[in-house]
Amino acid sequence: MNAFLQNCFAGLALGSTYALVALGFVVIYKSTGVINFAQGGLLALGAYLGYTFSNNLAVAFGVAILLACLTAAVVGAGFERIVLRRMVGQPPFAVIMITIGLLFIIEPIVTAIWGFENLQVTNPWNIRTVELGGLVFGVRDLWTIGITAAVVVAFFLFFRYSGFGLAMRATAFDPEAALAQGISAKKVYAVSWAIAAALAALAGVTLAAGPGGLSPSIGFIALAAFPAMILGGMDSPAGAVLGGVVIGLAEALTRGYQDQLFSWAGDNVSIIVPYLLMIVILLIRPYGLLGTRDVRRI
Amino acid sequence: MAKPHRNLTRAYAQDLRLFGSPLAKAGLAAMILVLLMLPMVVQDDFWLSVLIYVGITAVGAIGLNLLTGYCGQISLGHAFFIGAGAYCTAIVGGDLGLPLPLWLLAAAAVGAVLGGLIGPFALRLRGNYLAIVTLGLIFVGEHLWRNLKSVTGGNSGTSVNAAATIGPFDFGKVELAGEVYSRNQGYFWLVWALVALIALLAKNLVRTRPGRALQAVRDRDQAAEVIGVRAGRYKIGAFMVSSAIASVAGALFGSYQQFVSPDEWNLLLSIQYIAIVIVGGLGTIFGSILGAIFVGALPALIDRYSDAIPGVQTSVGGEGFISVFALNQAIFGVLIVLFLVLEPRGLAGIWLRVKTYFKAWPFSY
Repeated sequence: MNAFLQNCFAGLALGSTYALVALGFVVIYKSTGVINFAQGGLLALGAYLGYTFSNNLAVAFGVAILLACLTAAVVGAGFERIVLRRMVGQPPFAVIMITIGLLFIIEPIVTAIWGFENLQVTNPWNIRTVELGGLVFGVRDLWTIGITAAVVVAFFLFFRYSGFGLAMRATAFDPEAALAQGISAKKVYAVSWAIAAALAALAGVTLAAGPGGLSPSIGFIALAAFPAMILGGMDSPAGAVLGGVVIGLAEALTRGYQDQLFSWAGDNVSIIVPYLLMIVILLIRPYGLLGTRDVRRI
Repeated sequence: MAKPHRNLTRAYAQDLRLFGSPLAKAGLAAMILVLLMLPMVVQDDFWLSVLIYVGITAVGAIGLNLLTGYCGQISLGHAFFIGAGAYCTAIVGGDLGLPLPLWLLAAAAVGAVLGGLIGPFALRLRGNYLAIVTLGLIFVGEHLWRNLKSVTGGNSGTSVNAAATIGPFDFGKVELAGEVYSRNQGYFWLVWALVALIALLAKNLVRTRPGRALQAVRDRDQAAEVIGVRAGRYKIGAFMVSSAIASVAGALFGSYQQFVSPDEWNLLLSIQYIAIVIVGGLGTIFGSILGAIFVGALPALIDRYSDAIPGVQTSVGGEGFISVFALNQAIFGVLIVLFLVLEPRGLAGIWLRVKTYFKAWPFSY
């Protein structure tokens, strides 16, 4: 039982990271209709920026996280302004490919600046643990879950009660009607990219503070967050969080019981569990658990 | 009565013909002649191997262009089918020792079956979703290649001993009129002959009824259904044909390289193919070949001349700030973004513009 709970906790921590990244996907998809493959690149960039702020500039870790998020947000908004804005009205294929192109540009830039070595981010969490009722909780994992919960709450408050959140929802719902009401679509697009990039950077820094440290392959986790987004429904922020947690739990449980239950499926089968889950969900509910069914017109 | 100008199209059949004006036919003949003569002029093994890889890439790119350029289905899973073809060849050509036509056909059949299994996903998922599912295919595939050890040799890879023989004729050691040609020369002819054959098949496919149906599905699948195109059937069909061609490319790759490992069928390979069809021009067969020449040769050239490019690491831990691998990746990314933003019709579009300019000369504007 303890082992099961321990695995669930690991899954919840992993799922929180997925949820942060998937929230970023949803924000961009909802407002601009683009799936942003470059999210993984932004995540890696944010994580390395966090490393620079925390280690090289020796600011407090909390401040480093904030600075990393801000810098990533500027980069994200810059992408939107320089590249994506030219693609408004182009078919989705072209826009997706552009973001894939961006991903493949960011990754080498990151390795060119910071190198391939595994780095350790100076942080107060490290490998410290708290023991409670026979279970061991990693301090970083607790913080990740806590931060994600806080961000999710802030997110809903922002969209529900702030003026700009309303503007973003209006643009997502009907861009032309929103424009007619005097909402600047350009501003909304730029802000959604900034928010998504900041979320990616947050996920990146918290991930880099974990036991795995920081390596260029950190961006790969964003690819595994796609299933989280699909599972929840591409246009549903609540779905992204739900999807993230479900995928995280499934992956951690498969990893935990690899030897007992899944040895027949080969080593490290947990890596592909998110994709398998996604495929199953897509066949049953193509629009995800909480997404809206799309209406097609000729 | 005056004869109509040769550029004037007077009938539908004329518009659809496979080989264009006499000038185009002459150009084609010249191209075939160049391909036949090239291995005798260029005997350097490095350049021949680059050209062979370019040819193999061109085959795969034609397959992807049929699916993405003509049918409008985004697939990030092309590398999976290429890998499947290579492993199929390792078994059929290597372990069973069957000759060239049989292992090529077997690879195509395996590719078609796998494509037919993935195809139905394209019916339920459009655009965005399909890209993500096929991305999943890459990871699931990689897991399979690493764990089906009896077929793929696991992480350490497997050797592919498929001989390129048709009866007594061996492309690995061509003997013609008393002359003996090297393995690279033989493979050059084999690969580029297949490029020509597959380009011809693909061209023929897209100019006839199925091709028009594919393009209708690409432009608006529901509108296509309304005018009587069975969109579902054509989507699955496009997946099958595309992955069959990809598997043939994989078979050639495996048999030429004689060794394959699971590390090769990764996301970067799929992205390379996407870069090729975008740079070459979506929805053109000719463009796929152009793109393959332009993009497919890059990794080998960068690898060879890495010491001449400033800032590139020639060895692990060596001087320079960017590795050869990372530089390739960055170049694919930059090419995709630049072409999509600046020239969405790709190299084929540029070529078409130049051609029209000279066709209408001196009245071009």
